[in-house]
Amino acid sequence: MTAIAYSLAELCICAAAEAWHTDGEVLATGITLIPRLAAGLARLTINSSLMMTDGECYLVREPVPVGPRGSFVPVIEGWMPYSRTFDLLWGGRRHAMVLPTQLDRFGQSNLSTIGDYAKPQVALLGVRGLPGNSIHHANSFFIPNHSPRTLVAREVDMVSGIGYNPARWPGGSQPPWLDLRLVVTNLAVLDFAGPKNQIRVRSVHPGVSFENVQDNTGFPLFRPRHIDTTVAPSAEQLRIIRDVLDPQGQRETVFKGNPPGDRRA
Amino acid sequence: MLDKRMTPSEIVSRLHDGMTIGIGGWGARRKPMALVREIVRSALRDLTVVAYGGPDVGMLCAAGKVRKLVFGFVSLDLIALDPHFRVARQAGAFETWEIDEGMLHWGLRAAAMRLPFLPTRAGLASDVVRFASGLRTVCSPYDDGEELLAMPAIKLDAALLHVTEADPRGNTVILSPDPFFDELFARAADATYITCDTLVENLCSTERVRYSPFERSLVTGVAEVLCGAHPTASVPGYGIDVDHLNAYSAAATPTGWREYRERYVDLPDHASYLDAVGGVGRIRTISAPVF
Repeated sequence: MTAIAYSLAELCICAAAEAWHTDGEVLATGITLIPRLAAGLARLTINSSLMMTDGECYLVREPVPVGPRGSFVPVIEGWMPYSRTFDLLWGGRRHAMVLPTQLDRFGQSNLSTIGDYAKPQVALLGVRGLPGNSIHHANSFFIPNHSPRTLVAREVDMVSGIGYNPARWPGGSQPPWLDLRLVVTNLAVLDFAGPKNQIRVRSVHPGVSFENVQDNTGFPLFRPRHIDTTVAPSAEQLRIIRDVLDPQGQRETVFKGNPPGDRRA
Repeated sequence: MLDKRMTPSEIVSRLHDGMTIGIGGWGARRKPMALVREIVRSALRDLTVVAYGGPDVGMLCAAGKVRKLVFGFVSLDLIALDPHFRVARQAGAFETWEIDEGMLHWGLRAAAMRLPFLPTRAGLASDVVRFASGLRTVCSPYDDGEELLAMPAIKLDAALLHVTEADPRGNTVILSPDPFFDELFARAADATYITCDTLVENLCSTERVRYSPFERSLVTGVAEVLCGAHPTASVPGYGIDVDHLNAYSAAATPTGWREYRERYVDLPDHASYLDAVGGVGRIRTISAPVF
């Protein structure tokens, strides 16, 4: 059997879709391109009960393709303005995947500032909804540039999304709904299943070693006895990504030069 | 006969130095930009601005009007970051009170209910509680004893909102897909000032009342400003003017901002502004944003 060629972006989309596999009927929110495509893929392949929006405030029955919609008209099944989004997320029935600028060993994430808070080197968006999301429902992350600058040695510069850091928990006890799931990067898939939620390498992308991943991470990773290789996309997954969710190929712009997903030369 | 009609300059003349001003809308959607430009032209200073921030915040930062910003983010939606906000933030030009966007609506709601605070988990264990000064926690008085954040009321001296239609009595209708938190801004404020794309005599029918975000008793002043949210969207009338926001973004230098102001802000009237940005006809062709 000839293996089908796939890009790194497509590999990441398929790996990230797994995040929503066992969630049941929750709102799947994928922010930025790869997480959004991953949520759509999860909905169309492994969890048909997921809810999702058109990116604005309507719940749609089928995922909306990214980019100009042409003749595609979404089938609306509900209304999800921001006020209702907060009502829903404080109730916990949501799993979001976001792209933080920094992530630390506790899973704390940063979208606010780099450098000194009072006079930052770089001002980003602001904390947005990360503090509330991270303390109320499941969260996963996509990191397109796995390096010690993104997966940082110390705590992130401004803790926007909370993590498994007991020193910051109110009264020292874990917030009841803190639930960090997957970290999908350009090198590997990580989770929080090491001892005391230490970040663990769950799978490495084809052609990447544990050492490659560790060398590009600012903190020590948990190394299980056996590490899988990230599963290659199936023909059906590739068809859905290419023909249904991203027909204009926006995913080709995520990684410079749109590299292949299998880096075993 | 109740008549709350005012001009944008009359509205801004009612604001004072040091006030806490809430601005409705979200990012680059339904921002009362004609009022924001009016503030930029005014002598007002030292404002505390509360917003789901977009170019409203960026412009007020660029103009040096902001003493303190209460916010969860500042974004131009289809353009992720507002460079005017970033430049000012990186220079430490104003005090920040950066909170989760859910905490922001919760603080407005507490003010609307005349409560000192509302409890929430949002913000706990994050740097919000470290950097947003004055936040305190409260223990649940019930058996669970959980420690919660006591989100203080965000009381506003004035709220500035842009709606689709209004009548002279202060009734309003928002026809765009998401009403955001305009209602809470109005309820949290001592005075609410509205701009609308169209002023009509009889606003509501039984089908439309559900698009009316709040009752007229909250409204102090109403101004009809055609395309008054431009360059932000006021769907169904017009979408986000991305071309204009690109030009605005490119102007985040002292010279750039001076030129932007001359060209688009320091103008004799709103008609001149509409001409400068390509006319009402052009604005009306900008389609609703696709996210």
